[in-house]
Amino acid sequence: MLHTIIKANSYQDSIVLMLLTNKLNTIDGVHNVSVMMGTPANKDIFKTGGLYTDELEKASSNDMVIVLDIEDDSLIDQVLSEINVFLEEQTKGGGDGAGEEVAKTWDKAFELGKEAGVAVFSIPGTHAALEIERALDEGKHVFCFSDNVAIEDEKRLKEKAHEAGLLLMGPDCGTGIINGIPVAFTNAVRKGKIGVVGASGTGIQEVTTIIHKLGGGVTNAIGTGGRDLKEEIGGITLKDSIMTLEKDPNTEVIVVISKPPAPQVRDEVLNLLRSISKPAVTIFLGEKPDAHEENLYRAYTLEEAAQIAVQLLNKEAVTPRKESLNVPAHTLKPEQKYVKGLYSGGTLAYEAAMLIKEGLHLSEGEHAPEGFILKNQGHEIIDLGDDIYTQGKPHPMIDPTKRKEMLEEVGKDPETAIILLDVVLGYGSHANMAQELAPTIKELKVQAKNQGRELFVIGTVVGTDEDTQDIHEQETIMKEAGVILCDSNAQAVRMALAILEHPLTVEVKEVLPQSAVTPVSIAPSEAMLALLTNQGFINIGLRSFSEAITNHGGKVVQYDWQPIAGGNITLQKALQFLKKVELGK
Amino acid sequence: MSYKTIDEANQAVAAKIVAGSPFLLDVVPAKSVIKELNEGKVLLHAGPPITYDKMVDPIQGACVGAALFEEWCDTEEEAREMLESGEVKLIPCHHVNAVGPMGGITSANMAVLVVENKTDGNRAFCTMNEGIGAVLRFGAYSDEVITRLRWMRDTLAPVLSAALKTKEDGLNINVLIAKAIAMGDEFHQRNIAASLAFLKEMAPIIVGLTDIDQVKREEVVQFLADTDQFFLNVMMASAKAVMDGARQIQEGTIVTAMCRNGHDFGIRIAGMGDEWFTGPVNTPQGLYFSGFSESDAAPDMGDSAITETFGVGGMAMIAAPAVTRFVGSGGFYDALNTSDEMTEICIDTNPNFPVPTWDFKGICLGIDARKVVETGILPVINTGIANKKAGLGQIGAGTVTPPIDCFEKAVLAYAKKLGFTE
Repeated sequence: MLHTIIKANSYQDSIVLMLLTNKLNTIDGVHNVSVMMGTPANKDIFKTGGLYTDELEKASSNDMVIVLDIEDDSLIDQVLSEINVFLEEQTKGGGDGAGEEVAKTWDKAFELGKEAGVAVFSIPGTHAALEIERALDEGKHVFCFSDNVAIEDEKRLKEKAHEAGLLLMGPDCGTGIINGIPVAFTNAVRKGKIGVVGASGTGIQEVTTIIHKLGGGVTNAIGTGGRDLKEEIGGITLKDSIMTLEKDPNTEVIVVISKPPAPQVRDEVLNLLRSISKPAVTIFLGEKPDAHEENLYRAYTLEEAAQIAVQLLNKEAVTPRKESLNVPAHTLKPEQKYVKGLYSGGTLAYEAAMLIKEGLHLSEGEHAPEGFILKNQGHEIIDLGDDIYTQGKPHPMIDPTKRKEMLEEVGKDPETAIILLDVVLGYGSHANMAQELAPTIKELKVQAKNQGRELFVIGTVVGTDEDTQDIHEQETIMKEAGVILCDSNAQAVRMALAILEHPLTVEVKEVLPQSAVTPVSIAPSEAMLALLTNQGFINIGLRSFSEAITNHGGKVVQYDWQPIAGGNITLQKALQFLKKVELGK
Repeated sequence: MSYKTIDEANQAVAAKIVAGSPFLLDVVPAKSVIKELNEGKVLLHAGPPITYDKMVDPIQGACVGAALFEEWCDTEEEAREMLESGEVKLIPCHHVNAVGPMGGITSANMAVLVVENKTDGNRAFCTMNEGIGAVLRFGAYSDEVITRLRWMRDTLAPVLSAALKTKEDGLNINVLIAKAIAMGDEFHQRNIAASLAFLKEMAPIIVGLTDIDQVKREEVVQFLADTDQFFLNVMMASAKAVMDGARQIQEGTIVTAMCRNGHDFGIRIAGMGDEWFTGPVNTPQGLYFSGFSESDAAPDMGDSAITETFGVGGMAMIAAPAVTRFVGSGGFYDALNTSDEMTEICIDTNPNFPVPTWDFKGICLGIDARKVVETGILPVINTGIANKKAGLGQIGAGTVTPPIDCFEKAVLAYAKKLGFTE
């Protein structure tokens, strides 16, 4: 029996509601349940999920809608009380804390956040452009976690930010460390002397945590959003960030991380890096550089980028670190030929695919279908954070359900030799992902053994000993489940390749003299330099982002954003009209 | 005067609210100050316009009580027949410079408070508080209720009138509000400090009115001492006087009245003058006297939300820690959150009335209908809850919010008036 409950005028963020849905689904006797805001798009999702009822039509975008599939009506009360408890807990989230103040309008947010240098957005992307503009108009740097912002808007807003001497980090910027304060999905990394600029979220996480593990630390990790190095955008944020770090008295080494940039943008970035005084490391994932330049080092893997940065910081020679892989003794059955990667980090998945292609000499010809980073012969690398896996569901860093499902699938496949995976720790991530995955992994290994196969699971834990999750405990749980744990994602893939008898050798790169430079004037704005010592934030959207900031001595104004006028377009237009209309005519 | 922008107009309206200076001048028969009550059988009611057949039971009951009080008939049956036949003309209090609590039923011979806003010279009227329990405003119409109304007409009103007339300018209400807000009143749910401050002003004068029979004087002082909510009606008339003064500026989006008739919730905004924008009323949420529950509650009613329009009541919840629990709130911090949230739909705070428990921030000033629509944050109204059956009186107290529709309609209408096309 389907029951529809509409809680009028009760706006909650979709991630909160998805987490809530997960929780409700664990109640005994609940066949299925979904909680969403009553937007037209969500109503369609109810339809596809088999949870559509006619009553849903009454719900507006500002109403919270619960559709319950249960036999026993008496469960409704229990569900409602669970919802109340859950939402109350959400609203507590540091709301009483001294570092956080709450606003529900821009006016109040700006008033409380006069001193805040950065506005952090995690609101639906369709609304983000307008609100980013508002923050820029108020002279705030913007960190935009929201995605689904049109590239034309990104271009326009980044140009506007640049003109105003402001940084627009994002859209779709997952990770950042500003003045040692973590923003969004970020690890707690030691403060140090390495500045990072990155167009990739988990790329930054992997590099900064390895820097931490190697004893280094980070001044700032500035995310730019994944499209910054596309031709349309031209690396506006990346270039401004590099200039800012060049003038940062606390930064000694600069690391630049990106997926393959547009060639022209890459050349501009390299020219800029050649123009600065500080040593720099670049990693353009997918590019395999065969040499370094003086003061400009070119890494192939994320791990290598972190290692070089630390070597540069310590004024050591830049050389590949010696690595002795402890490859376990093994016998794979003849049909066990394939590697399956189930990643929660997109960049990590990308890196794995890149190394596997190289190690196994896979042809470039086979284009991976949607949902795969690599699908070649029988090898598969999947980024479970891809939109097609996360539509209407939380990200795999928060919710292990999809990954467990896929683990079962690939683990039972007799042709699977090795499963690669990541456990990403840090703010925003699941509190105990290892514990979630361990039982499935154990079970799969036992099943395989019973069938006379040995199934390898190789993984890496992306995190530091300062993260809220206990990294040592996470590692122990993984090891006890039979996972071969490696220090980095690149090492994990090399381990997999070694087991498949296709070991990858790490080549020593020559250091060439620096190429010719077209002079660039490096003069970051005062506001950009102020970002380096910024402590104040306005957090627009997800409350959980506030916690990381306050935990690191930052100040947050929490702005519980809602779509203006409940998303009613006519009223929005009327309000806009009233704002501008001249009276007395 | 003309204003360049809506913000400017809103500032002007708010400035008038701050400047407003209500004085209680007198207590007189309603018909002596409201001419409409002299034109046949007429009753005033709370909220936007409504017909008898649509009135909820408690308000119909109050109409019956008023008919019996006015001696238009002798029995309830006759009264109902008369009301159903349309023989009695119904007018919203707000249309005749008045406000009425709960049902708001006011008839010609009931005594009303006369408050003058000295800034603009306009006056407002409101009946006096009858006390608690079985009272007309909650729909009770027993003999006891009628007897009390007659005593109020024949004893309370003349004594207070005589006492007030000894003061040359009347009684300065702003002073009482400022004092009582520092003593923990928010003027809708809790008026005990203000009622006592009022008694403190009046008692020595009443005692000295030696040409009035001593028994009457004693009765009046006792009644004022017993009636914790007496000041509520003074506050309502004062808020009405100030808001009517402010809405002489007919531009902008400041809410100038909020009221409800048990059927519709109505608001006015400055820029739309006398026009009401309505939506269906909600039922209050709150605490019930033992034996009652939400299923016994009548929908929201009364002109008393004029207090919230002015910036007190639910808007100033934080001022009255003693009632934060009573109004169904979780406690001090919920009250703080409520008032903090209310600042987001107001354009400023009123420096005349600092709230000690709010770190001396002034009460909310000027609800901007645009901000309500923009944010979806609704004004919080502290209210009494009537039994949905006439005659059974109050069954609890709590909070209620207006439907968002009123604000949306008002904002759209004003935008269209200024040339907005969809």
